[in-house]
Amino acid sequence: MSEKKNWMPRWFYQLASPRWSYEIMGKLLPGFAVAAFLFLIAGTVWALLFAPPEAYQGNSYRIIYIHVPSALLAQSCYMMMAIAGAIGLIWKMKVADMVAKSCAPIGATMAVLALATGAIWGKPTWGSWWVWDARLTSMLILLFLYLGVIALYSAIENEAMAAKSAAVLALVGLVNIPIIKYSVDWWNTLHQPATFKLTERPAMVPEMWLPLLVMVIGFYCFFAVSLMMRTRNEILVRERRASWVKELVEKQ
Amino acid sequence: MNFDSFSDFIAMGGHGFYVWLSYAIALVVVVINIVNPALQKKKIVSDLVRRLRRENKSS
Repeated sequence: MSEKKNWMPRWFYQLASPRWSYEIMGKLLPGFAVAAFLFLIAGTVWALLFAPPEAYQGNSYRIIYIHVPSALLAQSCYMMMAIAGAIGLIWKMKVADMVAKSCAPIGATMAVLALATGAIWGKPTWGSWWVWDARLTSMLILLFLYLGVIALYSAIENEAMAAKSAAVLALVGLVNIPIIKYSVDWWNTLHQPATFKLTERPAMVPEMWLPLLVMVIGFYCFFAVSLMMRTRNEILVRERRASWVKELVEKQ
Repeated sequence: MNFDSFSDFIAMGGHGFYVWLSYAIALVVVVINIVNPALQKKKIVSDLVRRLRRENKSS
């Protein structure tokens, strides 16, 4: 028996086809866009109007409904970028490289949003826009890692070389993710511990954490939309000489 | 509903500036991440159309 065992699911191989990926993402996009829109609108209205004020912070805590989803997304997006980069390195899969490249600008803006809302929330709560706290510093490092990846992509002209270098940087920077997560436990910090834990019930009342959950889902759907839009663009550019792209363009 | 009036809602118990600034930045970031790739796609397609026309003419 010389037949090699096929241990990867079929869609994994199909993902390697830029054309198949382009088409499947085109089909998934509208659904995610509608979901993102509905969840973000519902979550925002709920967060601003109906969630009860917090006992100590009053209404300033409503920033949490932006701050937590953006911080979560900045980290998830980074992990996705590193994993996609690794898949590109190991299996030489072009689409994985394109996904990794598309993650970087979205993750960078999410890191900026998390840092900005954190600073704005810190001013009325801690009395300072910024402190050199472990959580804040490791989050700032995350932003610099994103900027490094983006810089590599724009500095290296050869697409395969750029993808390789960016993937290596992303993988090395992956060590920062557990540091961000556990920074509030390892170091004495001003930053409060996690709101959501997989193993415990949230310390907040449901009236407060339910809208937060809605916002988190909305942010992830929004991420899917933006990521697929960027990846589809990347596919079009890199496959511009392929006949299916020419046919697609002629139809327009 | 937690607020008695619209001005109450805007004031956010004295923290209006911080809350609204956060939500405004969030809106800008979300919109940028949708509009930017949409504009990019428009440019990519129009560039491809132009190149295709040029190639068809020369052949």
